[in-house]
Amino acid sequence: MSNFNNTDLAAFKDVWVFCEQREGEMMPTSFELISEGRKLADELGVNLCGLLLGDNVEGLAKELGGYGADKVIVCESPLLKHYTTDAYTKVICDVVEEMKPEIMLIGATNIGRDLGPRCAARLHTGLCADCTHLDVDMDIYKDFLRNASTLAEPRIEAVKTAKVLGEDHDVSRDLKMTRPAFGGHLMASIICPRFRPAMATVRPGVMKKNAFDQAKADACEIVKPAFSLTEADVETKVLEVVKAAEKLVDLIGADVVVSVGRGISKDVETGIKLAEELAEVLGGVVGASRAVVDSGWMTADHQVGQTGKTVHPKIYVALGISGAIQHKAGMQDSETIIAVNKYENAPIFEIADYGICGDLFKVTPMLIDAIKAAKAAK
Amino acid sequence: MDFHLSKEQEMVRKMYREFAENEVKPLAEELDEEERFPYETVEKMGKLGMMGIYFPKKYGGAGGDVLSYAMCVEELSKVCGTTGVVVSAHTSLCCAPIYEHGTEEQKMKYLPDLLSGKKIGAFGLTEPNAGTDASGQQTVAVLEGDHYVLNGSKCFITNGNVADTFVVFAMTDPKAGNHGISAFIVEKDFPGFSTGKHEKKMGIRGSSTCDLIFEDCIVPKENLLGQEGKGFKIAMMTLDGGRIGIAAQALGLGEGAIDEAIKYTQERVQFKRRLSQFQNTQFQLADMHTRMQAAQFLVYSAAMKKQNHEPYSMDAAMAKLFAAEAASDVTRRAVQLFGGYGYTREYPVERMMRDAKITEIYEGTSEVQRMVISSHLGVK
Amino acid sequence: MKIIVCAKQVPDTSGKVAVNPDGTLNRASMAAITNPDDLNAVEAALALKEQTGAEVVVVSMGPPPAEAMLREILARGADRAVLVSAREFGGSDTYATSQILAAAINKIGIEPEDIVMCGRQAIDGDTAQVGPQIAEKLGLPQVSYAADIKKDGDTLTVKRMLEDGYMTIQVKTPCLITCIKELNAPRYMSVGGIFECYSKPCEVFDYNALKDDPLIDAATIGLKGSPTNILTSFTPPQKGAGMMMEGADKATCEELAGILAAKHLI
Repeated sequence: MSNFNNTDLAAFKDVWVFCEQREGEMMPTSFELISEGRKLADELGVNLCGLLLGDNVEGLAKELGGYGADKVIVCESPLLKHYTTDAYTKVICDVVEEMKPEIMLIGATNIGRDLGPRCAARLHTGLCADCTHLDVDMDIYKDFLRNASTLAEPRIEAVKTAKVLGEDHDVSRDLKMTRPAFGGHLMASIICPRFRPAMATVRPGVMKKNAFDQAKADACEIVKPAFSLTEADVETKVLEVVKAAEKLVDLIGADVVVSVGRGISKDVETGIKLAEELAEVLGGVVGASRAVVDSGWMTADHQVGQTGKTVHPKIYVALGISGAIQHKAGMQDSETIIAVNKYENAPIFEIADYGICGDLFKVTPMLIDAIKAAKAAK
Repeated sequence: MDFHLSKEQEMVRKMYREFAENEVKPLAEELDEEERFPYETVEKMGKLGMMGIYFPKKYGGAGGDVLSYAMCVEELSKVCGTTGVVVSAHTSLCCAPIYEHGTEEQKMKYLPDLLSGKKIGAFGLTEPNAGTDASGQQTVAVLEGDHYVLNGSKCFITNGNVADTFVVFAMTDPKAGNHGISAFIVEKDFPGFSTGKHEKKMGIRGSSTCDLIFEDCIVPKENLLGQEGKGFKIAMMTLDGGRIGIAAQALGLGEGAIDEAIKYTQERVQFKRRLSQFQNTQFQLADMHTRMQAAQFLVYSAAMKKQNHEPYSMDAAMAKLFAAEAASDVTRRAVQLFGGYGYTREYPVERMMRDAKITEIYEGTSEVQRMVISSHLGVK
Repeated sequence: MKIIVCAKQVPDTSGKVAVNPDGTLNRASMAAITNPDDLNAVEAALALKEQTGAEVVVVSMGPPPAEAMLREILARGADRAVLVSAREFGGSDTYATSQILAAAINKIGIEPEDIVMCGRQAIDGDTAQVGPQIAEKLGLPQVSYAADIKKDGDTLTVKRMLEDGYMTIQVKTPCLITCIKELNAPRYMSVGGIFECYSKPCEVFDYNALKDDPLIDAATIGLKGSPTNILTSFTPPQKGAGMMMEGADKATCEELAGILAAKHLI
């Protein structure tokens, strides 16, 4: 810690990705982040490095190379078998201070969102939570703004500097971390101009995974730095880790999501059953709006939206969902959106490819029959 | 004149609204449909102090004021007229007379359980032959040593089948007319006390309404409320307070119907326009809101006068008369704005219309209110 | 024993959200509410108070109107409140906010049997950073995403939710817990609580009250003390409306199924 000066920006190099594993299994978002990190490292002309903590996890490291990691730092200890805030924060902060990365990405899982802020606070650096887009290169960033914002072209062209402590700071080498705020009503691009590493947690499911390349996996270098960690460093004790008994719904990976909203309130049981039937004929899974989860009608793993999951399936069906902006934030990039709602002014129709204004309890059974018939005819 | 609520009153209204929206509204249709008493809501309200709002903490009350009580009945009634009258009858007709006329021993014995909602209260004045003319009491109470023996019956008693504690009126001196009436605190387990069948009603169907039957019912002497012969006065004073509660119930029903009508007319499209875009709808809703707003001023003014120990008998009568008639009118108009759907049980406005009618009848009909008001004007 | 609860007043983003032409949020047009997860933290504290007789202290950083929220939490049953409010604190990001709140908690005082409770995240920023960062600044162990808390002496056993299950974690006091909505159902304010809440203590900690804490200096608070800066803020474009189908009957559904089949989506 003594010689760690995180304001000496030039001393920091490389893009790091914290690669989360649970029970010796890599979390899928680690591959997404490695892929995204590759892009950023290329824009900066530096190495991409995975950071893998656990007990006997070295065997997982090479695969990260296949998605773009030049090397993987592996820290192994029985004390790192299960995630604890204390142990992981200590080891990560120690190696960061030692090896000085310029950027560190962490998946915004329940664990990443526990770890990221604790590390940032210890390292005295900035962290941007739940990012949905990352850029370094200014031209690429401006193209992103052209597509993803309503900003006028002159304003986009003018993005060059930020006022930092009263002075104009050139942002061309800063990581531009874009995230939704206020339930997705606003987007903001955040920078961390004065301290390193610039840290971001990234929403799972948002970044695209690269194609796996075996040759790159084979070439990936494994680095095992020395670190110290003793039982006295760990104040939180993990008594058990329990996987959910019921298989949780995999919304992020699904090709078809049929979601239900407040519109099912008249008969919750039937509403959910209809959604399940429709999901079954379309080969998909059932999602839900925040209202449905908050009312306790479905469990939180079904929730699509700003505070739930971000999905981009081939078909998204919204049954009785009004289309509040929080919900749209989680599904508007779906390829085809079908909405059934009895109110013709429902905002969901503004983004639906196909809208039916009608009672979901009447329309859904007919839609199920029609799709069954169309499939049979094929 | 200060038309502003205090910070506490603003806060308490917000809390009632959240409670009504989350806990009361979802049950309203079922209570009406199944004529079921909302025991679970009473338990929750008890814990939150809503069953003893304006009574001192010393007796287990919430330490609030009369206006906060009226607002509670109002907010509950916006979504469920049944729940509104449960609180009103319990508070105004049972807790209030015990608090205002009881001895310290009676208050310490009965109020803590009542004000915390552990026990429910009711009021027994009306008899088959003594309705609007309450002085024609036929229930008699005879003192025998350390207890009174009551014989007779009461009818249309709100909370009758669910209450634990009753304030009951009976003749202790049948020759003395009004001055022969006395008030008693009766527990449901007293020997010789029983309740009759549940009345099937047009509205407030979740509220329990039944007869009380006294067959040589033994009431300990110490359960005489106030002095012997002062019962009629206690009854009339109690009804003055009760009228604030019923006026608040009517107020809530009317306001609730307006809320529903505003929502519906902005969604429903006919002739390619939302109903709310038709001038008839706009004017109807303007009139409806104006009537309920006027009612609110009358109700709140009566509540504040009671709180400040000013004479409020005429104010309560005016508030109830106006609010009840306004509520009946406004809920009926709301059904009309809904058209055919308003007449179905798919929407709550028909229930509100049925619930509103009783507010013109119980705790003094509108005609009785006019008698009270005109007598205060000295018009004889 | 004390339980210190951190709460934030936030604009209600679940209703209509108004955005100014310059891309900032029109806060004036939105209702101010207590952040929902923070109410779960308040409830957890009040439940522990009922179990142990602990004192519940609620602390919030915000402008003076946030006092209204603190009064409401007092009306739910908290014993006293602290509003951390000063011009110098304005413009703080999560890092700087955590420094200030940690200093305020230091001033309230953390004793060995005490617990700090936060909501998991606030609905205006959804960052989930302030809780863990306060814990770091106070040097306390943290457990986030708590869905169940059991207390036995100085040991808390916490069910910490993961996406695919949960962990059971044991931690000793003093510690910091962040709470999620699965933890409990927040109670309502009570009528009695409301009529008492303005006579309960509600202190204001301004800059002077905290300036002697080593956590507070010009380089760690407010805009200057915030490691992050906003480069741009913008509103996302609306995806264009698609096609409204005619009717809502069998023929409509068959037409839609036909379109999906033609596009090889089924």
